[in-house]
Formats: sequence, structure tokens, C-alpha cells
Amino acid sequence: MATIVEAPPVAPAAPSSRGGLWGWLTSVDHKKIGIMYGISAFVFFVLGGIEALVIRWQLAVPDGTLVNEEVYNQLFTMHGTTMVFLFVMPVSAAFGNYFMPIMIGARDVAFPRMNALSFWIFISGGIFISSSFFLGGFPDGAWVGYSPLSTQSEVIRMDFWAIGLLILGVASLLGAVNFITTIFTMRAPGMTLFRMPVFVWMQLVVAFLLAFSLPLVTVGLFQVILDRNFGTLFYDAATGGDPILWQHLFWLFGHPEVYILILPAMGIVSEVLPTFSRKPLFGYQFVVFAGAAIGFLGFGVWAHHMFTSGLGPVAETAFGLMTMTIAVPTGIKIFNWVGTMWGGNISFTTPMLFSVGFVAMFTIGGLSGVTHSIVPADTQQHDSYYVVAHFHYVLFGGAVFGVFAGVYYWFGKVFGRMLDETIGKWHYWLMFIGFNLTFAPMHFLGLNGMPRRIATYGDGLGWNYWNFMATVGSFVIALSILVFLYNAVRSYRSGELAGPDPWDGRTLEWTTSSPPADYNFAEVPVVEAIDDFWYKKYGEDEDHLPVRLDTNPLDPSASAPQEEFHVHLPSPSYYPILLAVGIVTLAYGFLWLPVGYLVMAAGLGIMLWAIFGWAMEDIDHPMGDNGHGEGHADDGGGDDAEAELVGTSSEGAE
Amino acid sequence: MGSHPAVKNAVTSHRQRRLRAGVFVAILTLVLAACGTGGAQDGLSPASERASNIDGLFRLTLIIAIVVFVLVQAAIIYTSFKFRRKKGEEPRPVKQIHGNTKLEIAWTIAPAIILAGLAVPTVQTIFENAEEPVDALEITVTGHQWWWEYEYTDLGVVTANEMHIPVGQDIALTLTADAGDVIHSFWVPRLSGKRDLVPGHENTLTISADEVGLFLGQCAEFCGLSHANMRLRVYAHEPADFDAWVESQLAPATVVEDSEGWELFVNKGCTACHAIDGTEAEGGGLNPGPNLTHFAQRDTFAGALYDSTEENLSAWLANPSELKSMRPDLNRGMPNLGLSDDEIATLVAFLQGLS
Repeated sequence: MATIVEAPPVAPAAPSSRGGLWGWLTSVDHKKIGIMYGISAFVFFVLGGIEALVIRWQLAVPDGTLVNEEVYNQLFTMHGTTMVFLFVMPVSAAFGNYFMPIMIGARDVAFPRMNALSFWIFISGGIFISSSFFLGGFPDGAWVGYSPLSTQSEVIRMDFWAIGLLILGVASLLGAVNFITTIFTMRAPGMTLFRMPVFVWMQLVVAFLLAFSLPLVTVGLFQVILDRNFGTLFYDAATGGDPILWQHLFWLFGHPEVYILILPAMGIVSEVLPTFSRKPLFGYQFVVFAGAAIGFLGFGVWAHHMFTSGLGPVAETAFGLMTMTIAVPTGIKIFNWVGTMWGGNISFTTPMLFSVGFVAMFTIGGLSGVTHSIVPADTQQHDSYYVVAHFHYVLFGGAVFGVFAGVYYWFGKVFGRMLDETIGKWHYWLMFIGFNLTFAPMHFLGLNGMPRRIATYGDGLGWNYWNFMATVGSFVIALSILVFLYNAVRSYRSGELAGPDPWDGRTLEWTTSSPPADYNFAEVPVVEAIDDFWYKKYGEDEDHLPVRLDTNPLDPSASAPQEEFHVHLPSPSYYPILLAVGIVTLAYGFLWLPVGYLVMAAGLGIMLWAIFGWAMEDIDHPMGDNGHGEGHADDGGGDDAEAELVGTSSEGAE
Repeated sequence: MGSHPAVKNAVTSHRQRRLRAGVFVAILTLVLAACGTGGAQDGLSPASERASNIDGLFRLTLIIAIVVFVLVQAAIIYTSFKFRRKKGEEPRPVKQIHGNTKLEIAWTIAPAIILAGLAVPTVQTIFENAEEPVDALEITVTGHQWWWEYEYTDLGVVTANEMHIPVGQDIALTLTADAGDVIHSFWVPRLSGKRDLVPGHENTLTISADEVGLFLGQCAEFCGLSHANMRLRVYAHEPADFDAWVESQLAPATVVEDSEGWELFVNKGCTACHAIDGTEAEGGGLNPGPNLTHFAQRDTFAGALYDSTEENLSAWLANPSELKSMRPDLNRGMPNLGLSDDEIATLVAFLQGLS
């Protein structure tokens, strides 16, 4: 394609290299972006985990002296903020980025450069918040940032928190818009909405939840920033402001956020269970609708986080009953997962273990969630360790188990080599035991009157034994993570080769090579059923049992890996990372006004440069073409409807 | 474990139900009773009508939850073993079943019915516990970073951290926090659920105690630096003993106005924050501290964190933030007054004389 607009003079030559550091920094490939999301999320997971270990060490015995209150308050604030915003959200973006396009038969997301921008803004925001450690201390107002405590905190710590969350919110919004557009417009022929894998469905629901909930907390965060820095009085009771307003705005976002964290894991489990049971997902439509229902209802239950704030009995009743209804779609999912296993031929691989563990542990978190909807009971449980136990059963027993199910399931697809199964099982059982030893006792602690977010507790209250056990458990979890790290490094180097379809999978990602080619599919697949790949591999005999067909339904790139294909792909671009750098520079400048005005000006300059360059960027730079070819293999709409097969190396194709 | 009378009561009352409900519930209830520590801050050992309402509702919910839990986990484990592929076995083809609408409807409706059943006592208890108390003793509780102020509005008593109440009478609490302060939450698990103290709001909470004794609690809403150290005590007395306590609180302060201790108390600026009723010390200001009129009657100080011993008080006056993290530079908590050992000894004696 001819160059349409000359690149602006400020722009150096467009990046052309695919490999190396520069290749990663400028990549717009959804798979590379997915890997970067995953690895950064894991780094933050380890950081948040270290914070948790210090917390547990402090609480192992009464009147702990490892850290003082000032440090402790920073640690639990950052543990929560890190795990929610810098681990679980990006790790689900990692899976979504890598697999959602492949699972719907697309070659990339709808807006590849925006996708890169989303990642670079996320990582800038993560570094921004975490860098507070070196610049006056971590934020210390809890991850929920309740006003007026968050506006009272005199040092810039809570500015780091509020501005950091705003930055991360931009990243999530961009990602959400991109995913929604991709899922609605880029599906392969025949991939109707109700043939999409449940994982993709859950990513779609999550994208909508993000798009509708983030603006609410954004309003609140702006108010906090304005109150803290410009003398507005949104949350100042002395002048008619109201601290409760923040709780509404935060939880209007915060409760959908819970489902933003858990639904992707539910999606992963809904892929893993059928594969290893060798059966389709039981009640596909019901699982999909239950997921969507959870998303909808999630917007109507926010005030159950506020049952002790004095809502009055009528509102308490309304939100209590509304909260109960969420148990129904959640139950539907759990029953359908068990139904999927029923009558199957189950192989307990590591991803399957994590998935079954997910169903079992999430059930516990779900049931303790029902006890929160019993409003009077919640007035005892609220802000106690019982709540800490509850949401760790949902977010650790749920989301983290789901994430590791996904890691073990897809590692071979992403890196070409399988994670070791024996070490994986060690990882699973250590984590399962450590998790339950850590968090089950917290139910008792909370019911026995131990509040959360306390740096120390007194002796003689009956809390010593379970606190000590929880601390032991947390170090067992840490050990399991070390086992996983060892497994990941070892398997990445010398693990068993995966091949395109190591698990006898059911969905489109298993038709491609491992790792998939830059362009995912040499031929855009034509989809005819749910679990299309399975039904292209297996027919049915007279007893309705699957029989292996004598066909090769793999994508040509998987069965002929030495070949290269002419597929047009978007060019790499460094404008996304440049724009993210501009944004974070602007944010740093804001923290040190008035000197910071200069830094802010620099940040704005960088942003303008990036936006201008982005807008003017040659979309089809000859040197920057990832796929290296003049032919287009868009979904039936390009110059060539089908990708061409050429026998030469990609570099020689130009 | 449960040597506490309330735990025994709970077990006994459950025993009667148990006979009707069968062996399963029996085991379950034993498990639940065993979860209580019998400690003075144990939410599973209710000692008031409202706390017992909550406890009963929670135990009912928990029993249902445990039944569901056992059924679901049994289904998972049974399915896992029954349909497991044995080691070394080749994958076996299985029927590709896509679902069953009747089952879906069943497991949609069944939880809905259980929840509807649970909703009835839940709503009842919400409104029961929100009922206006009758003949209640009224106390206004103000949360400060990081201590509690109690004002007995009808009796004219003002005290801190340690609340005294008569048994068997409803106590109507009005909960609030100063405009410049932050949100706190009043929680004495054995007497009631918790309720927040929000700047600019007045929340209400009714507590009561069925038995004489000491009940512990603490702030349950994260309120900054010393949140962990914002503890509180409720002493429940027989009505006559309570009346005696009120009388002693209303007695004039035992202050000799030209004593060495008083001079020091005034000259070192203590009166800027701390009130002693009936003297020129009126307290308040930017950084109000606890009313000290009858300080020596209290068992504890510093947010009910330390026993009021001579040793603890001396250490406190030497450097308050050493014993409890505070930010006096921001008008939150007690400053270090730079007192000499002699001055500390004099002031401790003065404080211990405030009976």
C-alpha cells in the first residue's frame, strides 16, 4: 500500500526490528503484549506477596514488633492495591490479550497500537504507585481510600494512590474498548456470539463492567485529588461535604470490580474443565447468561459494603436481598462445572487440579459471601478477619487458582514448551494446603472479634493460635510460588515440546503452532460449532461416542512450521510507549508543584508529540511490516482473501 | 474452652433445638460452639438480646451454608474419583452431553428457594434490631483519633474509653465524629454488631448487656496511624452499682488548686486539651483530649491500651508516642512535653489523685 501521509519530521524512522528489546517496546502484537502483561503482573504478584509475608510475620504473635504502625499501614494498603490493580487485573488482561483474539479466529485486536498503549500506561501506573516507596513512603489509607482519611493524610502518599489509580483506570478503559470492539467485529466467519468460548464471553462481560464502573471511581478520585490539592471540600464534613459520598462512588465501582477480578478466572476454568473431562461445557448458554447476570447484578449491590455506615433498615433490606440474588447465578456456574466433569473421562493434570480446586474453594468464598448478605450478621463480620477470609477465598482460592490453571493450561501454547507436571502437582498441593492454612483460620479470628487492618493485637483474646497458623500457611504459599518459579524457568528452557495441540483441545488456539506465528492463523478459520476444533477432529459413531476422524484440522502454519506466510500485520510503533511516558511524567510533575509545573509541561510536550506522531504515523511503513508482505489476508476483505504460502524466509520476502 | 457463662447458655439453648433437628445438627452445633473463644471480645459469645438475635441468625445461615458446602464438595470429590482416568489408561471416548434444561431449572430454583427462606428472618432481624429502644440510657459516643469520648447526655457525665452501663437496660448510643476527624466504627462484639462514627453524621446503635462483666471492643474502621490502638471497654454493673458509679462521676474533682501537681498541670499546658470539670481546665481546643475529671477511677488509659499503673503513666508522660503511635504535630494525639523525671513523678501523682 502506498504511503498516504508523510510522517512528521520529528519522527525518526519507524521501528522495524521484530526481536530484541526494541521489538518488545514497540510491539503491537497482542501476543507479545499479553506476555508483557503476564510477566509484569507476576512481578507485582511477588511484590504484593512479600508485603503479605511481612504482614503475616508481624501478626504471628500478639503485640508484634517487626514493623511499627506507620509501616504496617503502608504494607496492607499496598498489598491490597497491588494485588487488585497490579496483579489480578493485568493478569486477566494478559490472558485476554493473548488468547481472546486467537480463540475467535482473529489475527490481532481491533486497535493494536491502542492495545500497546493500554499496556504501557498500565506499567507506568504500576511503577508510579510503587515508586512512592522511594519518594516518601507507600500510600497508607487502605486500598479503599476512605475519605476523609484519604484527604487528611498530609504527605503525598495518597496522591500517589489516587493519581496512580486514575492512570491505571485509563489503561483498563482503553483495554475494555479494544476488547469489546474486537469481540464484536473481528470474529472469524461462523464464530457467532454463541459459538464463542466461555473465556471470551467472560472477557466481554468484564470489558463492559470496566467501561461502566471505572468512570464512577474516576469521579471520586478526581474529588479526592481536588480536595487534597486545591482546597475543594467534597468530603469535608465541616463545610457540608460528606465522607459517605466517597463510599458510594468507590463501591459503585468496587463491587463490579470484584467480578472484574473473578470472571476471567471463571472463563479459564470453563475452558480447562471441558478439555480434561473430554466433554463440552455443561449448559454453555446457562454459564454464559449466569456470567452476564452476575455482571448486571454486580451494579446493584454496592451498598452491602456499607451495612455499618448507617443506611437505615429499608436500604439495608434492599441491598441485602439484592446481594442474595447473586448467589443464584453463581450457583448455576458451580453446578454446571460439576456437571461438565460428570460422565467425563477426567485426567487430573495440573491445570485440571487448579480448576477443580477453584470450584471447591470458590464455593467456600461464595457461601461466606451469602452470610454477608444476612445484614445483621454482616454487622459483626464487616471489617473483621472474617471478611478477609471471605475475599481471599474468592480472590485467591478463586482468581489465583484460576490464573494458575490458565498458566499451566496455556504455557505450552505461549512458550512452545510444557510446564513440568510433577513439579506442577507439588506446586498445586503446597499452594492448596498453604492457602487453606492461611485463610480458613481467619474465619474464626473474625468471628472471635478480630478487626482487620490492625498492626497489633493484644494477648488474651483467644486469637494467638489461629494467627500463628495463618502465618505458617502464608509461608507455605510462598514456598509453592518458589516451586512454580523453578518450574517456569526450567520448563521454559528445557520442558517437553508442546506441539500445536498437547491436551487434545477443543478451541481454536490449539489449531495453531506453539507458539503461534505472528499472524496467528495462516488461514482464517471457518467456524461451524461450539468447540469447533473438537468437532473437526472427532465425529460420532452410532452410540454418539466421539470417533477420531482422519483429517488434519490444524492451521497450515502449525502443520508446516518451516513455511512462512504472506500475512499483512500492523506495523510496530513506539508512540504508545512514548505517550505512556508523557502521562506518567505529567503525573510525577503534579506531585511537586510548583516546581512540578515544568515537569508537567515536559510531560504534556511528550504526550503531544506522541499523539501527533501517532495520528500521522504511516500505517503501513514498508520497513515496519511485521508480517513482511504486500499481500493482505484480512478476513476475506483484503487484496488476497487467503494467505499466500511462500517458501522463503520472511526477511527475504520484501 | 467455653468457661464463660454466655457460651454455656448458648450451648444449652442449642441443645434443646438439637434434639428436634437430629444428630447432624448436633455435631454441627458442637463445632460452632467450639469456635467461640469465650473471650471478652468474642463475637460468638453474645451477651445481649440484639447480639443474640444476630448470633442466632448467623448460626442458622451457617448451618444451611455447611449443608450446601458438604453437598457441593461431596459432588466434586465423588465426580473426581468416579470419572477419573486411571494412571496409564488411554483416553476413553465419552458422550458429548451439552446440558440438561430440567437440571438447570432445578438448580436455579433450589438456591432461590433457600435464599427466600433465609430472607424472612433476615428482614425480621434487621427491623427488630433497628427498633427504637424504650427507657434507654442515652450516651453520645464521639470517635477521635485515637480514643473514645462518652457523654451521658441525661446524667451529665463525660468520660473516655471505658463505658459503664447498667445490666438489663437498653443503651441508646448516638455515634458521631468531629468534622476534622475521620470515620471510626464502634464495635463491642458481645453486645452488638458494629456501627460507624462518621464526621457530620449521627448514627444510632442500641446495645445492652444481659450480665455483669467487662466487655472488650475496638475501632473497626481503619482510622489512620493508631487504628490498632483504639480500643474500648464496656463495664456492665448491677443497677445499684451503676448508680453509685454515676454518683462518683458527678462528685466534684479532687483537685487542690494551689498544689504542685495542679500548677504543673496548668503551666505545662495540659489544660489546653484536657478538661477537669469544676476547675478552670476546660479542655477542647484544636486537639481535644480525654476528660480527666475522675481519671484515677479508670483502669486504663491511652485508648484503653495500657493499665493505669504508675510505671505506665510515667513512661507515657516521658514520651507518649513511644507507647502509642500518634501525630501530635498534626493535632492528633498527645505531644511530648519534655518533662523532667521530677515533673513526671509529680504529674503522675496528681493524675492518680483524680479519683
